[in-house]
Amino acid sequence: MSNVQTLLDEGLVALAATADPVELENVKARYLGKSGALTELLKQLGALSPEDKRTQGAVINQAKQTFEAALNGRRDALASEQLKQQLAAEALDVTLPGRGDGPGGLHPVTLVKERIVALFQSMGFEVADGPEIEGDWHNFEALNIPRDHPARAMQDTFYVASKANETMVLRTHTSPIQVRYMQNNKPPIKIVAPGRVYRVDSDATHSPMFHQMEGLWVEEGVSFADLKATITDWLRNFFERDDLQVRFRPSFFPFTEPSAEVDVLGDRGWLEIGGCGMVHPNVLRNVGIDPETYTGFAFGFGLDRFAMLYYGVNDLRLFFENDLTFLGQFR
Amino acid sequence: MKFSESWLRELVDPALDNAQLAELLTMAGLEVEGNDPAAPIFDQVVVAQVVDVRKHENAEKLNVCKVDAGQGGELLQIVCGAPNVAPGVKVPCALVGANLPGDFKIKEAKLRGVESFGMLCSARELGVSEESDGLLLLPGDAPVGASFRDYYQLDDRILTLKLTPNRADCLSLTGIAREVAALTAGAYKPVAVAPAMVRIDTQRAVRLEAGNACPRYAGRVIQGVNAAAATPAWMKRRLERSGVRSISALVDITNYVLMELGQPMHAFDNARLQGDIVVRMAKPSESLELLNGKQLALETDMLVIADASGPVALAGIMGGMLTSVRLGQTQDVFLESAFFSPSVINGKARRLGFGSDSSYRYERGVDFGNCRQAMERATELILAICGGNPGPITETLTELPKRAAVSLRVPRVARVLGIDLGAEQIIGMLKKLGLQVEREEQVLNVVPSSYRFDINIEEDLIEEVARLYGYDNLPTRPPVSVQAMLKQDGKLRSALSVKLALAARDYQEIVSYAFVEAQWEADFAANNAPVKLLNPIASQMSVMRSTLIGGLVSTLITNLNRKHERVRLFEVARVFHGLAADEQPEKLAGLAYGSRQHEQWGVDATRIDFYDVKADVEALLAPRQAGFEKADHPAFHPGRCAQIVLDGQVIGVLGELHPKWVQNYDLPAAPVLFEMDLAALIERDLILAKSVSKLQPVRRDLAFVVDDAVQYQDILDAMASVKSACVTTIEGFDVYRGKGVPEGKKSLAFKVVLQDTQKTLSDAEIDLAVSQLVAALQQRHDAQLRS
Repeated sequence: MSNVQTLLDEGLVALAATADPVELENVKARYLGKSGALTELLKQLGALSPEDKRTQGAVINQAKQTFEAALNGRRDALASEQLKQQLAAEALDVTLPGRGDGPGGLHPVTLVKERIVALFQSMGFEVADGPEIEGDWHNFEALNIPRDHPARAMQDTFYVASKANETMVLRTHTSPIQVRYMQNNKPPIKIVAPGRVYRVDSDATHSPMFHQMEGLWVEEGVSFADLKATITDWLRNFFERDDLQVRFRPSFFPFTEPSAEVDVLGDRGWLEIGGCGMVHPNVLRNVGIDPETYTGFAFGFGLDRFAMLYYGVNDLRLFFENDLTFLGQFR
Repeated sequence: MKFSESWLRELVDPALDNAQLAELLTMAGLEVEGNDPAAPIFDQVVVAQVVDVRKHENAEKLNVCKVDAGQGGELLQIVCGAPNVAPGVKVPCALVGANLPGDFKIKEAKLRGVESFGMLCSARELGVSEESDGLLLLPGDAPVGASFRDYYQLDDRILTLKLTPNRADCLSLTGIAREVAALTAGAYKPVAVAPAMVRIDTQRAVRLEAGNACPRYAGRVIQGVNAAAATPAWMKRRLERSGVRSISALVDITNYVLMELGQPMHAFDNARLQGDIVVRMAKPSESLELLNGKQLALETDMLVIADASGPVALAGIMGGMLTSVRLGQTQDVFLESAFFSPSVINGKARRLGFGSDSSYRYERGVDFGNCRQAMERATELILAICGGNPGPITETLTELPKRAAVSLRVPRVARVLGIDLGAEQIIGMLKKLGLQVEREEQVLNVVPSSYRFDINIEEDLIEEVARLYGYDNLPTRPPVSVQAMLKQDGKLRSALSVKLALAARDYQEIVSYAFVEAQWEADFAANNAPVKLLNPIASQMSVMRSTLIGGLVSTLITNLNRKHERVRLFEVARVFHGLAADEQPEKLAGLAYGSRQHEQWGVDATRIDFYDVKADVEALLAPRQAGFEKADHPAFHPGRCAQIVLDGQVIGVLGELHPKWVQNYDLPAAPVLFEMDLAALIERDLILAKSVSKLQPVRRDLAFVVDDAVQYQDILDAMASVKSACVTTIEGFDVYRGKGVPEGKKSLAFKVVLQDTQKTLSDAEIDLAVSQLVAALQQRHDAQLRS
């Protein structure tokens, strides 16, 4: 009896001492193999009396089961130890940067333009565009700016060499888009028209090429009250400030009457951000719309200036230098 | 328009402080863009008289003065270094304890051993003007002991208005005062002018021969004037605060009347005029030397004032040199106060490249009812300052501008402004502005005044009503209108989505100028006749681009200079092939330079090549598949350039920059660029889904050996020509030259996927399909199947 117990104790100690699966299998063979110690004991049972065979058999089987349980336990332990080591060996430096390419980006003026376009589209405004080399008629005459009128001095114009009779210019504002759109569409008309415009001017606050956006709403019954509300709503949504103070003050543009300059109240006082007004009846007549039936308002503003305000950029020229470090900020 | 607030308040003095006055003007459309003190803050400076001056014993340049500063008869001892100090002069004196501009406090001091109790001041030290020629000498009648600030009216502010071209009526103190009075109901005290006593009967006849261009001309001879008389301090001060430099008494007086009444005037030296004055258009080949020294060849659309000898002044713009008033010589003057029509002055200053305060006003419109009053005012001032004997005013008059009544329908006001103000209120406002109003039921007939040139139609009156009512007070009402959704064309996507797709592939959008160097057009587009600007701001911005490549290359250079090593850019903009609207298409162009991926661990720094950028182009066009055909383009390497073809149309070009431009533009390596029509990128096909086969696809890999000259596309086309129903995909996956492939040949490997929608393909069917492909290639391109 004590023989079996001793053998088992030794066996368990041997199992516990194994360091890898091979050793484990060797120990298993030593005890449970064909000529293993426990197997040998079972083989010897045949020589015993039936009673002894039963009692001694039970003891040996018990020992065998205990050994097998310990064997399985040790096998699992060794496997999990091995997995643990493997995983430890496979560990990465998770702080190394991800591989591949980052995204590029859009120009800040485009981003601001799209933001504004989206706001107006949500109010049913369509987007319109037109050529940048324009005839004198579309850029000036149709907009009620006759030749030699002092108002022409408000916009220093680039002239383009032309063999045609009509003087050709780089559009000085996006307003000719209004004219073209009204020539080809009947009211109700609700458009915004962003685009590049050109004036002979170049310093820290002026670029000879810059961006404007024009808006136009012509429909029966449109009034100055609609203009004020639309512009105010837009500015408050653009700057996301419901308490933004917006002020309208009388001004002069040849293509609107009454005309207004729009200011918003900033940290350092009122800031001029654009012009607007009720479409001048001459402009409507020039494009074949009856001003007795239809009224409308128009507005225009500099997109670059909005981008400066929105992103806190203090030098307009940065938008045209195209330094990747500068542009890379607008992702 | 710049003026002193105190001058304005002499004409109208509303119960508003400076800030409120500025706000009032701004909100009435007369934007105040400057509101500055006439002088910086200082105190305890008084008018003083120097009584005694003796040399400082220990200092060459200093004097020790006894000064009466009105301190109860007690004289102050003050050490002074100014060269113009002398006994008897009156000067500003800063007392002990005074604070001067620049945080300068006056204390008792000892200068080289002599005590000094105060400081005698120059104009510059007090911030009154930039002049610093010693002490500011005051007139003999300046009251000793009086506060200098009060005496010099320094507690004044200078307002600068940014006037819009329609408000010429506010280009004078009188005009602004009128406006302020209308806005505040304040009492307006116009400049009172009494007609001068005529003492001589000398006069010069005037003939008007230019019709509407000059319908009114008033002239007057004044004899015996002292042209060298000093301009009074008050007038100088007002002119200086209006930004007008004092020149001589006669010129200052005409400028003063211009500022005060808005009437440009001119003084001729009467002795230098010959015969009658004629106002007429210039004749061919006449010329005139102007006051600014320019010898001007006159053109026949220019209005001149002429005498018997020819033109003596360019009407409304500038006087002539020969007949100008000269200090110490001129004794008799001939004064002009005329109305010239805006249409004859308009555009001339711009054409000549110079203008004047006079032309600025005439082109916007001068009050034609004001000529005579201005003449009397100028006469009054000349007599008071320069003396002299005036002759009678000769006034010649033809047809003055008509001031037709403008009808204003009361309901129209409500329609445009969105508020019903009622006839009575509207009439009240218009009358305040000095307009004559007659009412017929709901229609008001309004006659504009002679000084308003901006009231021609109903809307002009509506604006006046809105201004007086206050833009702030007009309603702000969210629009109510018929709602309709915007159309969305399923066959178009937005330009924004194209831009975002490129940005997602690591390209940065840029904005570059549309005007470029002519050389760029020649280099990158072989365009030797680009659209030219007539007035470019610089020679390197003189032509309109027909390609965006120049802007991208130049931006690459900018960024290489700033140590960027990998540059990927794109721009969307119009290019200009001509002047017509349809010759200005929008293009999208991109540039890639440097390594394929940004420098990072675990990635080779392989340089970008044609095929990397081609993948970007293909991705941009997907799901549409364009063809790429070998092409020649002035910007690109002749062997590394393809035109992009979609539905039989060339929609763009892709290529590596030509080595000669890489060298000329000093680039370390060649960038790869593309340029495409934005319109083609925006179009897309409507998607119609096909059913997907559930049967197993079969893949066969085929490699062919072909001549080097055979292009990949040739092989694809040959296989496609078989039109095998069960072949679903053919894609190349390898190009190989070298061992095992004869010289001058290459091996191209393809993956061919076969699948049927109805049944599983048998081996025989598969083999048949493959052998058809092989046969077609053998026949067309002598391709040998590689085993």
